[in-house]
Amino acid sequence: MELFLSVLINSLSLGGRYAMIALGYTMVYGIAKMLNFAHGDIIMVGAYAIYVFIAFTNPILAIILSVITCLLFGVVIERIAYRPLRGASPLAVLITAIGVSYLLQSIALIVFKSDSKMVDVFDFGVMKFLGVTVELHTIVTLVIAIVVMTALTLFVKTTRTGRAMIAVSEDRGAAQLMGINVNKIITITFAIGSSLAALASLSFLLSSNPVSPTLGAMPGIKAFTAAVIGGIGSIPGAMLGGLLLGFVECIATKITVIAPYTDAIEFAILIIILLVRPTGFLGKKRREKV
Amino acid sequence: MIKFYNKVKNYINYTVIGVFTLVFAIISLSGARIDSSSLYLFEKVSISIILAVSLSVVVGFLGELSLGHAGFMCVGAYFGGKFSVILEPVLGISVPNLLLSILVGGFVAAICGVIIGIPALRLRGDYLAIVTLAFGEIVRSIFVNTSPESFGGTLGLATPRFKKEYLFIFGFLMVLAALFVIQNFIRSKHGRAVTAIRDNEIAARATGINITKYKLLAFTISAFFAGVAGVLYSFSNTKVQGANFDYNYSIEILVMVVLGGMGNINGAIVSATLITFLNTKLPTILTGDFAVLQDLIYALILIVIVIYNNAPALKSFRARFNIGVLIRKIFRHKHNPANIRDDSANWDEIPTKIEMNEILSVDVKPQNLGSDKPSKGGKQ
Repeated sequence: MELFLSVLINSLSLGGRYAMIALGYTMVYGIAKMLNFAHGDIIMVGAYAIYVFIAFTNPILAIILSVITCLLFGVVIERIAYRPLRGASPLAVLITAIGVSYLLQSIALIVFKSDSKMVDVFDFGVMKFLGVTVELHTIVTLVIAIVVMTALTLFVKTTRTGRAMIAVSEDRGAAQLMGINVNKIITITFAIGSSLAALASLSFLLSSNPVSPTLGAMPGIKAFTAAVIGGIGSIPGAMLGGLLLGFVECIATKITVIAPYTDAIEFAILIIILLVRPTGFLGKKRREKV
Repeated sequence: MIKFYNKVKNYINYTVIGVFTLVFAIISLSGARIDSSSLYLFEKVSISIILAVSLSVVVGFLGELSLGHAGFMCVGAYFGGKFSVILEPVLGISVPNLLLSILVGGFVAAICGVIIGIPALRLRGDYLAIVTLAFGEIVRSIFVNTSPESFGGTLGLATPRFKKEYLFIFGFLMVLAALFVIQNFIRSKHGRAVTAIRDNEIAARATGINITKYKLLAFTISAFFAGVAGVLYSFSNTKVQGANFDYNYSIEILVMVVLGGMGNINGAIVSATLITFLNTKLPTILTGDFAVLQDLIYALILIVIVIYNNAPALKSFRARFNIGVLIRKIFRHKHNPANIRDDSANWDEIPTKIEMNEILSVDVKPQNLGSDKPSKGGKQ
């Protein structure tokens, strides 16, 4: 029971983190129709931003500044690297995104060197809960994730901008004809996605992950996996996929025999799910037009 | 000049690589010592060329993004390396051992290619890219966690050392073999079917092309040669370590293909050579703080080249300034449709894509070609 509870809390927290990152992938994919490979590295940017800002301000302000930094990075990257390729083949955009991901990593390597840096943001300590020792930062991550996801869902469903986003993802051409500024919507999408990445980086730092230039690479790929499992382009899908992946990872690391193969298992699940449902759980089937 | 170039274009890469191999083979076999760092560089170059050319089958000609090419190489390296260890008591470290290992490594990788090709049939574009990436990570993770007796685990699989003086010759012979198979495949009916799928899958299907067969075929050929490159790698290094075949290595191969121009095999050869040369030589030149600049430069080159080659806004600029136009200007050669006779020699000039508002056909009747003035119908 205790084991179950601790696994449950940990996996919910991990799943929430993956879901936050996956939301960034899935929103950008849904609206700009491109796979933003550099999204994982925005997490790394956010983590370094907190590392830099925390040296001369209080943690809360540092987190806010980190969110703003990520937001600017997201918008600038979209403007410089992705916008010139709008209308080009998806393969070209994808390769550019990979290039941007590499660029961010190597810039981080040059500026901050390769050694990992520890950052103390908050120390939440531990708490006894129904006989289980719970690290409080997992709860914080979970709360942040829930708040963010709820806010995002409400934003997309109720506000004008949110509905414009849905319109652009449904049919870009028609949305443009209805007077929606597609470029502006895409910029907003990148801004939101990148801010979520900053919050995800906070969750990494809270669980005392050291900051290094490759911090975002693997979680980015895994969160993308989560987005694909849930059905890329679908916001609830990203949450579902993130939580599923969180559970799988937590359970797999708990079983000693299969623990070394955790990554392999997660990716194998992706392949199997895509074989059964090529668009993920909640993804929309697209009919191909000639 | 251009005519001559068009004639020899198909064989120029064989010739260059063949002559290079022959010259260095003679130097090496005659007992003159080539320093071991150069030999190692030759081996690496041959491996990179095989990888780049094989990846360009999937990326350049089939038009699907594969981010797991290092995974196929990893399978080839481990199975080929293991097989050569098994064969060592029987055959020793000899040429038959090398060739058999190459075949085994290639075939196992090809089987993996089929396995990955099957989801490829149902998935497109980005989804497929993530599946290949996942495949690469799975393979690496499995080999790193094997027991020390089977595949060496985290310590890596110790492989037999083939004589350095000869190994690069086999490397380049394998390059020639890969080029022979892949170029002939691309120029055959089957290769055209593959490029037709790239340009428009639905149209290709409508013309009766068996999509399943050709996608699988492209993946299998690509994986086979990646496996061959892996076996060469296992012979060239003392140890095969799974950690080396990570996602970044797949990206590096992809950069070679993109840099060379997608769908351009000679370009892939040149850029594979260049990148491998820089990879080996730059760390000795750029030391200390400059060492980190290497990745930055790669990333920038990748972004700039892709944007330059694909941005819709730069289309007219590209049409005016590109290497083809430059060559024609140098040789004062007007682009004359009459020169395009043998279409296999002008593979890249066959319009397989139809743009909007483009003239799709011109009605040229034989009788209209005779005089300067177009005849006004009727009988001549």
